Amino acid sequence: MKELIRSLVDTTGPSGYEMQVTELVKQLIKGIADEVKVDAMGNLIARKGTLKKGGKRIMLSAHMDEIGLIATHVDDNGFVRFTSNGGVFPVYLLGGRVRFLNGVEGVIGSESDSRDQAPAMNKCYIDVGAKDRESCPVKVGDMAIFVRPYVDLGTRLVSKALDDRVGVAVLIETMKQLKDTPHELYCVFSVQEEVGCRGAMTAAYAVDAELGIALDVTRTGDTPKCTKMEVALGKGPAIKVRDSGMLSDPKVVRWMQETAEKEGIPYQLEILDAGSTDARMMQVSRAGMSAGVISIPCRYVHSPSEMVDYQDVLDCVKLLKALLSNPINFG
Amino acid sequence: MTTKNMAPLIEKEQIDLLERLSNACGILSDVGEIRKIVLESIKPYCDDVHIDALGNVLAIRKAQQPDALRVMVAAHMDEVGFMVVEKEEGGLFRMVAVGGIDSRYLPGKPVLAGKEHVPGVIGAKPIHLMKKDEMNNTMELEDLRLDVGPDGGDKVKPGDPVYFATKFQQVGPSLMGKALDDRLGVVSLISLIQHAPANIELLAAFTVQEEIGLRGARVAAYAFNPDLAIVMDSTPSHDLPTWDGSENIYYNTKLDAGPAIYVADTGTLSDPRLLQRLFKIASENEIPYQIRQPGKGGTDAGSIHRQRAGIPSVSISVPGRYAHSPVMISRFNDWKNTLTLVHTALAEMPKNLLQRN
Repeated sequence: MKELIRSLVDTTGPSGYEMQVTELVKQLIKGIADEVKVDAMGNLIARKGTLKKGGKRIMLSAHMDEIGLIATHVDDNGFVRFTSNGGVFPVYLLGGRVRFLNGVEGVIGSESDSRDQAPAMNKCYIDVGAKDRESCPVKVGDMAIFVRPYVDLGTRLVSKALDDRVGVAVLIETMKQLKDTPHELYCVFSVQEEVGCRGAMTAAYAVDAELGIALDVTRTGDTPKCTKMEVALGKGPAIKVRDSGMLSDPKVVRWMQETAEKEGIPYQLEILDAGSTDARMMQVSRAGMSAGVISIPCRYVHSPSEMVDYQDVLDCVKLLKALLSNPINFG
Repeated sequence: MTTKNMAPLIEKEQIDLLERLSNACGILSDVGEIRKIVLESIKPYCDDVHIDALGNVLAIRKAQQPDALRVMVAAHMDEVGFMVVEKEEGGLFRMVAVGGIDSRYLPGKPVLAGKEHVPGVIGAKPIHLMKKDEMNNTMELEDLRLDVGPDGGDKVKPGDPVYFATKFQQVGPSLMGKALDDRLGVVSLISLIQHAPANIELLAAFTVQEEIGLRGARVAAYAFNPDLAIVMDSTPSHDLPTWDGSENIYYNTKLDAGPAIYVADTGTLSDPRLLQRLFKIASENEIPYQIRQPGKGGTDAGSIHRQRAGIPSVSISVPGRYAHSPVMISRFNDWKNTLTLVHTALAEMPKNLLQRN
């Protein structure tokens, strides 16, 4: 699965401009989906299976977009001012490199010489090596992503955009491995999650499912002196109980836990203070649906060097496959 | 006579209409004065007009060809203002803001209260009586009062709307008035209906409750369920020189630089296909345009594009200085070019623009 993950994180797809990822995913799911379409917003929706006895219409969602920057001004001397596209933390900016959609690369600098604290975003700029405004190959409104090479540390993988290409990889791998399902699965590779789960909102309306599961990363509490959280790398898939945008349906949480126990898959329960996923939009779409999330534990979320545990990723696939292989009885 | 490629112009008639609409008052869904003018202006040109449950005017002008693209164009009728919340003695009232208003703009401003437009003023302590340290304080709205005098006091009650009392004027290249946000868009949309391109089905939404959270547009988009949407609004321009002579890098938009096209704001990432189309149309027709600096703010597109199964959307605004204050300044040419750009883009909209393979 490492090659699959690598091909996905190496592809460019800031929120609203996910087309390259869409094309890649289309190739990757060739032959394993029964029907594929791209909707008005750009969500790639792949149906797998048809409804059989005991089955449900299920929406699965992993988002294709990654956080990035947008040019807001090119100054007289050719420096590019910017704002964020999605949740960018200023602390990760300085010294970072970015690439605009037209291929132009640049480095991030700041007005202040002080290196003691992170400068505010409006005090930073991107230097693309231009001498003045006229020669600057970037214009206002151009989109950029962070550039940082993928690293395989053996059991751990590091890259930009693991949020949520690793979720995309889990969904694709599960589609591949899932030979038989009583359910009608709508595998949504969603857009614009990082700016407010907008793609999932419209996809959920279109799919009109009975059950929704999002696949996304969640932060961990296993690094030195970090904010406490009962999720760690290497301890298995995190089954979301709540985050700041939703309460998972307790029936779904129980179903996920029982399935993991039955299959001998390690798992952890996730309670996230800040952040949410596509599942929040599924839950309240139309007349509502039961929703839950399988989270892939991830350190340094929204930095250019996000880290996941490879065994966790494999176990997420195992859990999702087990969940979808049999009829669901919530009792 | 065909109206096919006849672009709408902004002439005396449109400026007179803007004057009437700028001087008319309406907040939230309480936009009867605006709606009346809109209805009388568009009725002869529409195939269907109705007022929905929230107060939006939804008008349809059909295409003159089959299988046309169904395009929603939205402009909001409501303006920022106030609502009376409590009566005190002597014609004084406490108010809350409706929409985003900077209270530093308020002391000493003439206003109109209630359906009868009772004249009043937002009062504050005069400079003669102010202590030195008070001079440095900002005055919050809760410290200010609407003063309509003892006679006016009988005609105003809690729940009544309060509006800025500014009278519209055209001064050289400038348009000055209250509520140009978004009566400029309202007049533009009226003109689009009157000169609707034959190739598209025009779904015109004159919306309510934009200023308090894009609420009218949300249900309008659900009702129309269009193929795509264009929002015509007004956006702040803060293009003044900086005090220290350094380069102004946060201006949002600039006056006289043409229609402001949105790439990204708080609520919307504009559809890239629509953006490319607008840029192309503008260059081919030599219509000046600017890209609104991506960042905070939003338009009706924020609720339209995420309605139902998703509606590709883009916003185009006329820039204006001193937004959400008693008086905004916009430029005639920016307005004219905005209308020309939208009309031309619609008239030359390829049917398959949004098709995905």
